[in-house]
Formats: sequence, structure tokens, C-alpha cells
Amino acid sequence: MLEIKNLHAKLEEEDKVILKGVDIKVGTGEVHAIMGPNGSGKSTLSYVLSGRDGYEVTEGSVILSGEDVLDMEPEERAAAGLFLAFQYPVEIPGVGNMTFLRTAMNAQRKARGEQEISAGNFLRVVRAKANDLKIGADMLKRPVNVGFSGGEKKRNEILQMAVLEPRMCILDETDSGLDIDAMKLVADGVNALRDEGRGFLVITHYQRLLNHLVPDVVHIMVDGRIVRVGGKELALEVEENGYAGILDEVA
Amino acid sequence: MAEPRLKADLTEERLSSLAVPESAAWAAQARADALARVRAMGLPGRRDEYWKYTRPESLTAPEAAPAAVLMQDEVALFDSIDRFRIVFVDGVFAPDLSDDPSLAGVRIERLADASRIDIHWAKDIYGALEARGQSPVPRPLAALNTAYATDGVMMRVTGKAEKPVNLIYLHRSETSDAILHHCIRLEEGADLTLLEKGPAAARFNNVMEIDIADGAAFHHVRAQGRDHERRAMTHLFARLGRESTFKSFTVTVNGVLTRNDCVVELEGPDAVAHVAGAVVGDGEFHHDDTVLITHSAAGCESRQVFKKVLRNGATGVFQGKILVRSEAQKTDGYQISQSLLLDDDAQFYAKPELEIYADDVKCSHGSTSGAIDDEALFYLRSRGVPRAEAQDLLVLAFLTEAIDEIEDRMVAEDIVAGIEAWLGRRRS
Repeated sequence: MLEIKNLHAKLEEEDKVILKGVDIKVGTGEVHAIMGPNGSGKSTLSYVLSGRDGYEVTEGSVILSGEDVLDMEPEERAAAGLFLAFQYPVEIPGVGNMTFLRTAMNAQRKARGEQEISAGNFLRVVRAKANDLKIGADMLKRPVNVGFSGGEKKRNEILQMAVLEPRMCILDETDSGLDIDAMKLVADGVNALRDEGRGFLVITHYQRLLNHLVPDVVHIMVDGRIVRVGGKELALEVEENGYAGILDEVA
Repeated sequence: MAEPRLKADLTEERLSSLAVPESAAWAAQARADALARVRAMGLPGRRDEYWKYTRPESLTAPEAAPAAVLMQDEVALFDSIDRFRIVFVDGVFAPDLSDDPSLAGVRIERLADASRIDIHWAKDIYGALEARGQSPVPRPLAALNTAYATDGVMMRVTGKAEKPVNLIYLHRSETSDAILHHCIRLEEGADLTLLEKGPAAARFNNVMEIDIADGAAFHHVRAQGRDHERRAMTHLFARLGRESTFKSFTVTVNGVLTRNDCVVELEGPDAVAHVAGAVVGDGEFHHDDTVLITHSAAGCESRQVFKKVLRNGATGVFQGKILVRSEAQKTDGYQISQSLLLDDDAQFYAKPELEIYADDVKCSHGSTSGAIDDEALFYLRSRGVPRAEAQDLLVLAFLTEAIDEIEDRMVAEDIVAGIEAWLGRRRS
């Protein structure tokens, strides 16, 4: 599904190399977690994958279902089925949440040569999925993320994911700033999307989220590289001993 | 003293190309008085303080610079709204294109007809509000309009108008130079929505005087069209009675030069005046909003909301003033002017002013210039919205605060659709 090979990336403005050869292969239907200490490059990886400005890929490749993602504009990546749930979802005053969702959905459909969704069908789809995530009509009407609490913003990210139905979902610290109830709600939302055809890459600091969202593979990222790969028990080990043990091992 | 002499010469040169239309005594007097005002003030020159950011030469020259007629390029506006249409072609009323002039609640006459009648209600308005609006800052092009206007409508509203009145200005001649003057009198408790659209002429000088009696409401939504080489100078002069309402919104897209002056006096207590503008300028484009709102009575509210999106060398100007007289206690005044500069070549000049002589008032103003929010742009793109479309969405979002000033939701939606269509055409 998603194959990241020997990915090197640096900041465009300065000569600071952040990713120093990342290799991850997410198979269809799999959930992979990336854990690692602050500053290890986890968020940079998510930005590079989604095509944010300011980063330069110096080496390596990213292939999504046979297509080279790095050559694509962010909107083309989205239409190809890549979705990033932001660590800090952006507030957009003046753009209604529904307008935003519908514009995004139809733009992706258009890019794929599909018909636009009818207003009625769109409303039904959004209402049903919003209901599952306990997102009320009021949140749908308000401008995108404006005045939303931290938890509401994260739920809104999952709503977008549920409505847009991407093939490859990247969740960047979706658990940060969430209380336990909100985290369960978000995890339930993600679990509902788990199926044979969809891959997940879940970036997180803590093991907590992974209790609810059980991964098939756990990667530990340190200083721009994947230093350990294991099953879900690896996350428990990190929870127990912190990153110190792994850091020592690497050194 | 070279400058005043030169100014007088330029003024006479312009006046020599015009003829005062024949009128009955009251209108002839109003025109003669206006002509005297023009001569006393002289037409605006580059050194005039009020024309610091906008060059007036093309508006004061004896002949209008030609402007290509872009008939195919017009965006449909207000077509879905049940309205009463009054059409002008290059500044001349076109009865065959207009609706039959009978509308419940409104009496409509042509300026030419009204000004031939010896005793007419418009006598107290025509040129009178314009004359009051000449202080503290002269507006000679408005006085010129009063003296020479060849057409326009006199509207007297006695109740709630059955439907909105739409003034439609068609541009069909490349060299047309139109001078229109409208007077609107809203009697006590009357209610009118006035829509205006169209480029009108190669050069357009438009004056509207609006006298709003106690408890009456005037809603004004104006769309200034797309013909690129068009030049326009417009003035709105409004006088508000007790608990009356004046709400005016203008959207401007393209046109090499547009200057919109709006002069409002809140004369009766507890009146409300909102003036808003949304501007999308691209390339050779200069747009100037000059607003003066005078609070002369207690407890009134005024809002000025102006938003300009500029790129590719386009220039925007905002000169807005709130004047609060000593008797206007409990004034609530608000003013905001903002520009969204889409590239480094766009320019925005803002001159916000507050002049307050009362001691118990609430007045605030702000002005900002900024670029597109890159974070928001990336967020939209990451959800699949292409860059150009995402940018348009953010442009429209930026204009929202001004568009929200339109009270009628149908009209507001129509304006949004119009702006979307304009933005879309620019993209394609």
C-alpha cells in the first residue's frame, strides 16, 4: 500500500537534515504506529508525506499503490487517497465546515474523474458520520475549527477522514491534548474505518492510544531513522522503560 | 499663485464640454447653485488632500477615455430575485428595457420629468444633500453632477416597497460619458431595497441623494461590473431621521478606476448606518472608498466594513472617517478596513480617522494588510482542494465580514455566487 524507502529530507531554508533514511512498508489493511522521543522527525515525516512546503527530499522514494507520491502536489496526493490528520488542525474563519467538506469531497471526485455528490446524499453521509463522532449540527455549521476545543478539532479531523474515505491515513499525534473519553471516541472512529483496503500510520508519543487502536507493527524513530521494529508489545516496552533503553541500545 | 489659476482653467475646460439641461425654476436654481459651487471649489487636482491616493485627472478631463465594451463578460446578478427593473443604456433611461413604472409603495419618475414640474417633492433633496455634504471636505465632482446630470430617477417611497428596485446600467458605447443623479425619499416607516448593477459607461459620474424619514429603512446593494477600462466616480449622500436605517453594500470587480464616496449624516437619534464594501482587484485597477459618517444625534450606531483583495499591481484606498458631534452622546461607531494582498505588487493605502467631540461614546477602528494564510492554504490542499480553488475559498472567506452586512440572504447569496463566478473566470 505505502512504501517509504530510504527517505532523506531536510529543511528547505537551512541545511538541517531531519530524516536520515526512513524505511516503512505499510501493507493493505495494516495499522502501523511510529513512536519516538521529541524531535526525532515523526511530524516531519507526516509533513513530507503530505507535501507541505518548506521541506526538501534529498533521497529516497514514497510509493502509494504504485504511484510516486513525491512528484505530486498536496491536492493530488489527497485525490490519490492519502490523508493526514493534523497534529494542530488549522482554523479557517469564514469557511463553513460543511462547505469545506463538500468542496474537498467534490474536488477529489473531480480529480478522479467521478461525478460530484448530490447535496442530499452529502448531507446524509456527513450527518451519519458526525453522529458517530458525537459532532453536533452546530459544529458542522461553524467555520472550520474556529472556536473548537482541542478534542473537537481532533474529532473534526476524524470526521473528514470518515467522509473522504482515504486509502492511506496518517494520524499525527491525534491523541495529544485529548482526555480519555475523547481519545476513546477518536479511536472508535478510526477503528470503524479499519478494513482490508485501508492502511494507517499512527504517529504518537504514548502507548495509551495504542490500547484502543491496536497496531500490527510498531516502529521506533530516533534522530531521523527507524531504529526498532516490532509488534504491539514494543509499544508496551517503551511505556515501561521509556526511550532510554532503546537510545542506549542504538548508541 | 500658479496652482489656483491652473485649477480654474481646468475646471472651465471641463465645464465647456457640458450643457445644463432645461428645467423648471426650482431645478434650474439647484443646478445654478451647484455650478457656482463647482466654480468656487474647482475640480479636484492632484494636490488636494482628499485626492492624495487617487489621481483625479481621468475623471475631470473634458472627454472620457474610451473603454471597450465587454458584453459577453458580464456575470449574471440579481436575476433570480423578483425585482423591479429600471434600465439605463450609457446613462440614458431605456423604457423598452425597463419594467412598467407602477410599483406598489413607490412612486418613480425620471429626473427630466420631475425637474419640469414647478412644485415637486424632490426640490428639498436635489442638490440639497449634496450641498450639505460639501463640508468639511469639498466634493466638486458631485456638485458638477447636480449641475449637469442628464438623467436619473426620483423615487418616493411611502410604505414597504412591494419588491426591490434594480437600477441596471448597461454599457454599449466605447466613448460614453454618463452623468446620472437619483433622489430617493423614504417617508416615515417606509422600506426600500435598492439594487444597482452594471458598468454604466466608459466614464460614469453617479450621485444618489437619499432622505430617510423617521423609522424608515433603506437597503442598498450595488455591484460594480467587470469592464476593465471603465472609470467611475460615485457619491451617496444620506440623511437619516430618528430610528431609521441605512445599509449600503458595494462589490467592485475590475475597472481601471473607481472612487466611491459615501457621506452619511445621522440626524435623528437612535438611527443606524452601515456601509460595507468588498473589492477584488487584479492588474490595472485602482479602487478608492472614501467614507464620512457624521453622528449629529444621540444613540446612533454606525459601521464601516471594507475588504479589498488585490493582486498584480492593483491598488486599494480607504479613507474613512467617523465624526461625532458634541450632541451625539452614546454613539456606537465601528470601522474596519482590511486588505488581502495576493502578491508583492499590490498596494493598499488606509487613512482611518476619528473626530470626536462628545464624551460618552464608543468608537473603534482598525486597519490591516496581510497575505493569504499559508497554513490554511495547505490544510485545504491536503484535503484535495486545488491551489487556485483553495485560494478563492480563502478570498471569499476574507470578504465574508463585508458580505455579511447584506441583510437579505437571497441577495447575499447572489453576490457570493457572482464573486465566485468572477474568481472562476479569472482562473480559467
